[in-house]
Amino acid sequence: MKINKESLDLLKEIMALEFSMIDLNLYLDTHPRDEKPLMIFEQYSCRLKDMKERYENEYGPLTPDRAGNRQWRWIEEPWPWQIDYEMGGK
Amino acid sequence: MWIYEKKLQYPAWVESCDLRIAKLLFAQYGGPDSELSAGLRYLSQRYNMPIPEAKAVLTDIGTEELAHWEIIATLIYKIIERATLKQLEEASLGAHYVQHGRDLYPHDASGVPWTAAYIQAIEDPIANLHEDMAAEEKARTTYEHLIQSTNDRGVIETLSFLREREVVHFQRFGETLRLVQEHLDRKMYY
Ligand SMILES: [Fe+2]
Repeated sequence: MKINKESLDLLKEIMALEFSMIDLNLYLDTHPRDEKPLMIFEQYSCRLKDMKERYENEYGPLTPDRAGNRQWRWIEEPWPWQIDYEMGGK
Repeated sequence: MWIYEKKLQYPAWVESCDLRIAKLLFAQYGGPDSELSAGLRYLSQRYNMPIPEAKAVLTDIGTEELAHWEIIATLIYKIIERATLKQLEEASLGAHYVQHGRDLYPHDASGVPWTAAYIQAIEDPIANLHEDMAAEEKARTTYEHLIQSTNDRGVIETLSFLREREVVHFQRFGETLRLVQEHLDRKMYY
């Protein structure tokens, strides 16, 4: 499914950053008083918020709560399983 | 509750059209040690965990497993999307096609439907967490078997990511088990 290069690059950056946060989240679940990863988590969290806002303003909503700005954009394709993340190969 | 986010956890990609690996990937979509089993097991076990860390770990890993389930589905979808009936038949996916078309369905690599009998929840947190650690190890081994079964670079990269996650989950469950054990020991002494 076609997706433009700029939106794909930003989406993949968001995916990578949010994945790092999931990994930190699991670590913090069993080490809740470890301060350094907590600090990194907070930094990533700010960056992710900015990146998602940029993505959603330019290319479309990631979650339904951000989908209703004058038109219903939630149903727009592509869905995650349709995207050609490597644009036809590496 | 859960909120759907329009992205995958990992940019799953396939290089070619290895239909044989598509069939085998059903092991992780609806097999005994599949991502589906993992997710439903952890999310069922979390309610009576005795310490907050354990409730969080089971909730968060259970949620991550559902994201992995979606990644496996995406790999299979991408491989079989454009396959003809003849190609599907040649890859022993003819029976799948007759019953499900090109849709996903939770059965294992040989077509056996998923069953809740693959998983358990028994309130005893020590017993539950041991099951979870074993499940992560079995899933890791399944990924290694799958990686040995294909030459597709995209599939191998994606499965290597998922394999690595099983290692991390095993580690987190081990830490959780230790925390729960310490909690139970303290309760015994005071
Ligand atoms: Fe796992």
